[in-house]
Amino acid sequence: MPLNTQPNFSEPGKRYFRAFSPGDDFYEMLIDTHRDLSDEQSAMVNARLILLLANHIGDISVLREAMQIAREGV
Amino acid sequence: MLSTYKYPKYEYRRPPELDGAGQGHHPVIIVGAGPVGLATAIDLAQHGQRVVLLDNDDTVSIGSRGVCYAKRALEVLDRIGCGEEMVAKGVSWNVGRTFFREQEVFNFNLCPEPDHHRPGMINLQQYYLEEYLVKRAEAVGGIDLRWKNNVVGVTQQADGVELRVETPDGAYSLNADWLVVADGARSPIRSMLDLDIEGKIFMDRFLIADVVMDADFPTERWFWFDPPFHPNQSVLLHRQADNVFRIDFQLGWEADPEEEKKPENVIPRIKAMLGDDRPFELEWVSVYTFQCRRMKDFRHGRALFVGDAAHQVSPFGARGANSGIQDADNLVWKLKLVIDGQAPEQLLDSYSAERVFAADENIMNSTRSTDFITPKSPVSKTFRNAVLGLAEHYAFARALVNSGRLSVPSFLTESILNTPDTDTFAGDMVPGAPMDDAPIESAGSAPWLLGTLGNRFQLLHFVEDAATLDLGTVHALKALAHERVAVEAIVVAARGQAPEALRTVIDKAGRIRERYDMRAGTTYLARPDQHVAARWRAFDADAVRAAVARATCN
Repeated sequence: MPLNTQPNFSEPGKRYFRAFSPGDDFYEMLIDTHRDLSDEQSAMVNARLILLLANHIGDISVLREAMQIAREGV
Repeated sequence: MLSTYKYPKYEYRRPPELDGAGQGHHPVIIVGAGPVGLATAIDLAQHGQRVVLLDNDDTVSIGSRGVCYAKRALEVLDRIGCGEEMVAKGVSWNVGRTFFREQEVFNFNLCPEPDHHRPGMINLQQYYLEEYLVKRAEAVGGIDLRWKNNVVGVTQQADGVELRVETPDGAYSLNADWLVVADGARSPIRSMLDLDIEGKIFMDRFLIADVVMDADFPTERWFWFDPPFHPNQSVLLHRQADNVFRIDFQLGWEADPEEEKKPENVIPRIKAMLGDDRPFELEWVSVYTFQCRRMKDFRHGRALFVGDAAHQVSPFGARGANSGIQDADNLVWKLKLVIDGQAPEQLLDSYSAERVFAADENIMNSTRSTDFITPKSPVSKTFRNAVLGLAEHYAFARALVNSGRLSVPSFLTESILNTPDTDTFAGDMVPGAPMDDAPIESAGSAPWLLGTLGNRFQLLHFVEDAATLDLGTVHALKALAHERVAVEAIVVAARGQAPEALRTVIDKAGRIRERYDMRAGTTYLARPDQHVAARWRAFDADAVRAAVARATCN
């Protein structure tokens, strides 16, 4: 399965009436995860988060595609 | 500075109480003749309820202030007789574009579906809205509108309130059974009653400039993150009526508001944006900060808080005035039923519960927008810029770009007034939903569903051919009009006219069937504020009576 770059957030059991809501739920949680951390701590949290999510995805071809996109134009 | 608008000056009249006349006691007094107080007064007057409306000033809002009026607020304004004027004068728009540095990264359409009467949004200076509402308030009858009447004291009693009011001719007292507090964000009455409003202040400042120019910009909302003409900050451009453009510059917390307001500092910022050769004139400039906060309860005994007095949000999303107008929409029918003895006072607690739910949604969405627009830490800014950078090519990132989630009504799914579904339906018209519009054909009524709904409980009953409706059902539907809380039955049909002149609307484009998942027999109970109270796959008069009782706390 190729990398999914379409909007894909949802929470089981939750009903959304507005298309922007699930993405905004995720984004708020992401920013909250970093609240009150130093820059160094935040960098560590991000690294750990990537490792956890990468293992969950598992498919190395998908991860390769994501890594390529992430590097482009940085 | 230029002025495209002449501020009306409304006449102060000496109150009769100063000369020992006047009744001194009123069922309803509303304090604050801004958009929300005026809408509340007009709506009550349309229900036949006399009201006194007090305002400490004698004109409309100074400066353009609230400029975006959303579809739902326009539908409420339609119901109280001001929608057409607003839309005719305002600038209708549906499309917003977001730019990051020099690239467009995202655009949205507020009203992607066809067959709705009102657009997603109009832009219009707040003073026009207030002027139209005052005109309507004077025309509708039953509103004692008192300019230059400043409330300086308020005392709560078990079954009413007493107000002390100052005028240019001296002070007097008034009593009311019910007080509607619409005196704005700084609400003097809230302070006099020693009530708290809790939330947070955002550490940022914004400059708003109203600029008059001839420009052929499309009527769209344009939002820039970190544009070359205003680096590291955001800028928002909106077109208003009379060739007035609203430009909103983020300044940062360190900016000096008095310095920033000076034309010699404002003009270079605008020139940097528009280029040197485009002529423009400044009409109004203001520097603002904002808070997101609300009162714990919007009802305190006989005092009912509406609009900014009850809740405030950041301006990103236009959720201030729009939500205040929806407060009036939610409150008025309930207050009228309570005054008329058709519902217990607890119905007014549901006003607080439903509008607190909506306020929390508005505060959540506007806080999320603010956190995206003005990141609070380096890591938030990195994520924000990563989203903007990916947005140009990747759809998922476009969905995360948040330059303001524009005002849409809440689905009041948690309300105790709802009758939970026992049947299965597709779509979004769940109990508590703000009802979707649709084009209709109907003798002697507007060609839109929402134009026929509102002000009373109504039952929509669908059949393919209205002419085939059996007389037993016709009589049972008609009998609902004679209940203690009356319900008007309307037959919705693909064709035909129901027997015995029972009101029939034709779903000419099929949108009612589609949006409400209607089949033969499907029945919706609509609240007076155009929200779904209950729905069933078949009509059952006892179920309707039970749902009306639940929706009125009876």
